[in-house]
Amino acid sequence: MAAFPAQFAALEPYADWALPSEADRYAKRLASSMDELQSFYDAALPLLESQADYLKGVSLDGISEADLNLLRCLQALVTVSFPVEAWHQPYVPDSGAASIDVTVEPRP
Amino acid sequence: MSPGDLYPRPAEGTWTEHYPELGTSEVSFQDSISPEFYRREQDAIFRQAWLNVGRVDDLPKRGSFFTKDIVAARTSVIVTRDGDGVVHAFHNVCRHRGNKLVWDESPTQETSGFARQFVCKYHGWRYGLDGACTYVHQEDEFFDVEKATLGLAEVACEVWAGFIFVCLGKEPRQTLREFLGPMVGALEGYPFEAMTERYSFRAENNSNWKVFIDAFQEYYHVPPLHTYQLGPNNRDPNLTFEGAHYQLDGPHRVVSTTGVQKHKWPPETMYPSEVLLRSGNMGPWDAHELAAEISGVNPGGVDRWGIDNFQIFPNLEILIYERNWYLSYRFWPTSHNTHVFEADLWFTPAKTARERLAREYAAITVKEYALQDCGTLDGTQLGLESEAFDSYPLNDQEILVRHFHKSVGDWVDAHRRALGDETLGFDPMAPPPVTG
Repeated sequence: MAAFPAQFAALEPYADWALPSEADRYAKRLASSMDELQSFYDAALPLLESQADYLKGVSLDGISEADLNLLRCLQALVTVSFPVEAWHQPYVPDSGAASIDVTVEPRP
Repeated sequence: MSPGDLYPRPAEGTWTEHYPELGTSEVSFQDSISPEFYRREQDAIFRQAWLNVGRVDDLPKRGSFFTKDIVAARTSVIVTRDGDGVVHAFHNVCRHRGNKLVWDESPTQETSGFARQFVCKYHGWRYGLDGACTYVHQEDEFFDVEKATLGLAEVACEVWAGFIFVCLGKEPRQTLREFLGPMVGALEGYPFEAMTERYSFRAENNSNWKVFIDAFQEYYHVPPLHTYQLGPNNRDPNLTFEGAHYQLDGPHRVVSTTGVQKHKWPPETMYPSEVLLRSGNMGPWDAHELAAEISGVNPGGVDRWGIDNFQIFPNLEILIYERNWYLSYRFWPTSHNTHVFEADLWFTPAKTARERLAREYAAITVKEYALQDCGTLDGTQLGLESEAFDSYPLNDQEILVRHFHKSVGDWVDAHRRALGDETLGFDPMAPPPVTG
C-alpha cells in the first residue's frame, strides 16, 4: 500500500523519513550520509513547487493518515535542507559537542 | 565607512556615549568565569529579581500546574492555576520534612500536568492548588500542629502580558510592572495571546549564562559566524552590521534591526527551501494579520522595522519579528560555567500542511543557527577562563553587552551594600557576603 497520496509517488522510496517527531528526524539526518540526504532532498524538493496547491489544501484539522505521513516526510525535508543547501555535512558546523533538543512541537 | 553611516546615531555620535554611565573602556569578563561571583549573583540576582518561569499557556485550565527548577536560586517552584483561576507560585517543598513535593520519576526533573491536590511522596501530606495544607497523615501524633498554618511557602508571582514571573525575595522591592519599566511594559498590548502554537528547545551549554546572552544581544557576530543567513551567493564575512536603534531602560535593553523584508529579497539570493517554503530566519512570510498597529514594538520608530530584541533583566529575551511570530529565550545558570538555554517559538496556529511546513522551517532555522552559537560559546568560555587578558574591547554595536555586565555588577554591588558590605566593585578574591 502506498505511503503517500498518489501525486507524491516519488517519495515512496523515502517513506522511512516520515517520522513523527523532530528528534527522530534529526537523529536520522545525523545517521545518514550526504549522498542519502541529497537523494531524498532531490526527490522531495520539487514536490514543494509542483504540489504547492495540494499542500495548501490539506487542512491539519482532521488530516488523513496519508496526508499526515506526507506532512511528516516533508518535515524531514526541512530537517535535511540545511545539510544539503548550506552545511554540506549532516551536522551543524562549529557546534562541537553542543546539542539542542526540541521539547515541545505542534502535532500535527 | 564610518560609524553612523547607515542609521542616525544620537547627538553624542555613538549609542554608547549617549549613555555616559557606561563608559567606553575595556570590559573584564571576570564576572563570567569566577565561581565566587556566581555565588553572589545567586543571592543578588536570582533570589531578588523577577524571573519569567512560563506563560499562561502553560496553565491552560483550573488545576493546571508546572514545576520550574531554578538551580541558581537553589530552589524549585510549583506554579498552579487554582480552582478560582488564580495563578500561584510556591516553593516546591513539603512543610513537613522538607521533601521536594512535586516530581515524577526523578526529583531532578521538572514536571507539569493537571491535579486536584499535591501529595507528598514521603509521608503523604496533601496540599491544595492554593498551597493550603489539606491533610496531615496521623495528625494526632503531632504536637500542637495547626493545619491552617502548615501551607506551602508562597512565592511572589505576577503575570504580565501572559508571561508568568516569580520573585524569590521575601518581599519584592518592586511590583513586576515597576520592575519591567516603561520600555518593556509598553509591550503589554502586543497580541502574544494570538500566538498559541509553540516549538520549545532546550540545551545544556558549557558556558556562563551571560556569555550566551551576550551573543544574542549583538548582531556584530552575525556576518562572520552566520554567513549562511546571508544566502547562497552572498557569503562575504566582511559584510558589516549596524543596529538601527538601541535603547536602555533601567537594567533592560533593546536593539531594533531594519532592512528589506526577507520575502521581498530577489529569489536568487535565497536558498531553494526558503523560496519554496516561503519562510526562513525572519519567520513565515505569509503572516496572519493581527492588528494594524502593534503596541510597544519598534520603540525607535525605525523605517522598514524588522526585529525588536528585548533583553529583560536578568535572563529573559523576547524577540518580536515584523512577520508576527515571536521568540522568548531564558538562560538559567547551573554553575559559574554552565547553563540551561530554553527557547520558545510562538506562531499563530497553522491551518494547512503548507503553513505547518513554513513554521517548521522557521523553527528549524533557529535551531541550526543556535547550534552554531552553542558550540562557539563553549569556546568563548574556554578562552575567557585562560585569563590571557585582563579586559576586552567592545564596540558601539556591542553596547548591550556592556550595559548587561554593568547591570549585573550594579545588582551585585547593591546587594553587598544592603548587607552592609561597603566594598564596592567586584573583587573576585573577596569572600562572598554572608546572608541570613
